[in-house]
Amino acid sequence: MSPSVDTAVTPEEIELIREKALFVREETVRLISIAKVGHYASAFSCAEIFAALYYSVLNLKRGEPNWPDRDRFLMGKGHAAVGYFPLLADWGFFPKELLDGYTRVGNPLGDHPDMKNVPGADFSSGSLGHNLSVGLGMALAGRVLGKDYNTYVLLGDGEQQEGQVWEAAISAAHHKANRLIAIVDRNGYSLDGAVDDVMGIEPLAEKWRTFGWETHEVDGHDIPALLGLLKRVANDSERQTPVCIIAHTVKGKGIGFMEKEIGWHLGWLADEDEKAVMAELRANR
Amino acid sequence: MSTTKTQLQPESWSYTDTLDKAPSFAIISQTLADLADEGHPVVVGTADLKYSNGLFRFEERHPDKFFQFGISEQNMISAAAGMASTGLKPHVATFASFMALLACEQIRTDIAYTMMPVRLIGTHTGIAFGFYGTSHHATEDLAIMRSIADLNVVAPADGPQFAAALRAVVDLEEPIYFRIGRGRDPEVYGSNATFELGKAIVHEAGTDITLIATGSMVYPTLEAAKALRAEGLSVGVIDMHTIKPLDAEAILRAAANTKLIMTVEEHNVLGGLGGAVAEVLSENGTPVPLHRHGIKDTFVIVGPPTHLYAHYGLDIDGIAAEAKSFIAKFTK
Ligand SMILES: Cc1ncc(C[n+]2csc(CCOP(=O)(O)OP(=O)(O)O)c2C)c(N)n1
Ligand SMILES: [Mg+2]
Repeated sequence: MSPSVDTAVTPEEIELIREKALFVREETVRLISIAKVGHYASAFSCAEIFAALYYSVLNLKRGEPNWPDRDRFLMGKGHAAVGYFPLLADWGFFPKELLDGYTRVGNPLGDHPDMKNVPGADFSSGSLGHNLSVGLGMALAGRVLGKDYNTYVLLGDGEQQEGQVWEAAISAAHHKANRLIAIVDRNGYSLDGAVDDVMGIEPLAEKWRTFGWETHEVDGHDIPALLGLLKRVANDSERQTPVCIIAHTVKGKGIGFMEKEIGWHLGWLADEDEKAVMAELRANR
Repeated sequence: MSTTKTQLQPESWSYTDTLDKAPSFAIISQTLADLADEGHPVVVGTADLKYSNGLFRFEERHPDKFFQFGISEQNMISAAAGMASTGLKPHVATFASFMALLACEQIRTDIAYTMMPVRLIGTHTGIAFGFYGTSHHATEDLAIMRSIADLNVVAPADGPQFAAALRAVVDLEEPIYFRIGRGRDPEVYGSNATFELGKAIVHEAGTDITLIATGSMVYPTLEAAKALRAEGLSVGVIDMHTIKPLDAEAILRAAANTKLIMTVEEHNVLGGLGGAVAEVLSENGTPVPLHRHGIKDTFVIVGPPTHLYAHYGLDIDGIAAEAKSFIAKFTK
């Protein structure tokens, strides 16, 4: 790590990330009320990760989604896109009004990121397992082009079951893709239940380490710890390997009943519940 | 929290308070579980979607014959081939986009070429996924699956017809790709459903136009035909549930007695039902003009499913309108 880079985490930053994580959750609830179905719990588990990346870590230029030197962020778990679209709008990549028509005919914002139609979406996804390979390609391209950007790929823990993830893991280590950073949202659940019941993936950290990745584990809701780690990883210029961060999270984080019932991977809140949920989010902030 | 909405939301096609996302698929699990009870060597596999495809019900009755593969579709399909090689009849399901596209090569090389009697069940087909977008739409599966030698391709119109099909082919030592909807499709056949592989169901003959529909499009096509008849037209309807082997006889019989033929499919107009019917008509020298209605070789936009069907003219009104403009084009 070059000593000149500031990787300290200030109280102001922590406060900002906390505020933005609440924003992610509130907007998720609001947008899903337009779609009338959506992935609440999947977005809630990575709200702090989204907020930390977009407000402290990613090197982006306001209003310039195609700036060639920007850090890339890919949503391997594309079904949580509802939680990051508001951040893309907040960065001025597209007009905020588009959010109000989320999933309606003619609107570019659907359940998954779509790079063709959504400015700021660095790639498309929806089929789990593809984006770590895409991120690897971006990381390798950065080397060819002499660019100084990092590529971050957010993966689901269920997504770890896809074979392509491990093909990408092998290749990224082989190619020493040291600017590629995978973040696994280890929220413990996929669609059919607990990941470890559906098809176990442990020992996960050991797997990534054995595959040649610098591997860290962190509480994905502990903002100082998460942010500190992300900053250190982002600025480490000595490293020769890709990085995997396993973020231990809670699926549905922020809403008591969503944390308990697996059905909230996908759902829709009735109006009266929506009010209660919004109040609970603010109270838990 | 218990006050969440309980019914099907027409806009999003979502059921919100229940893990069971596909009530009209209940009959499928029931049929498979019955077949297993009767001694057929049925086993079932899913890829982290047992609630989406309703197969959790099979698991409840036969936990020892149910295999959860997690999110690893290619793995599941090659594993099904391995199971089939021992004499079992695996029925494996995932979304059609991940079945027919993601695992296409496994299907061709491990299942079709080897002639493994696997039932590949692609659910949520066509554009039924609405605003989930292109990754989840499947408007290419019929074309892809149809071009694989020795693979049967079937698109049932509703749950009961699918169940009848599963039963009808239970002893068939050949692979079959089944393409079905989202488990909320209106019933066409109900308890009267019958199925014979490769034998189309002629609902009615008509002299002005014959509509040939498959899968999810059978219901709106039958309704559109009613609307057209109310305007004085003579309209035939054929349910072409088997895309391969295709019932060429039924097509040629219709062609001999009708002025126009229009195919209706929730699929790209290239290579699917429309393509298959075009091949039969042209190779037999039939002079009947054909119009292929479906997704016109484009990626589909996002939107609520019901709105998308309207947008692409694949609802009752849209099918009727498409037929009328086709008729107008050929009527002077
Ligand atoms: C290739 C593929 N198979 C299946 C699906 C359907 N699917 C969408 S989300 C999901 C569960 C994902 O679980 P996980 O990766 O743990 O994500 P999270 O818990 O963060 O929502 C599944 C199976 C998909 N999108 N892509
Ligand atoms: Mg998960």
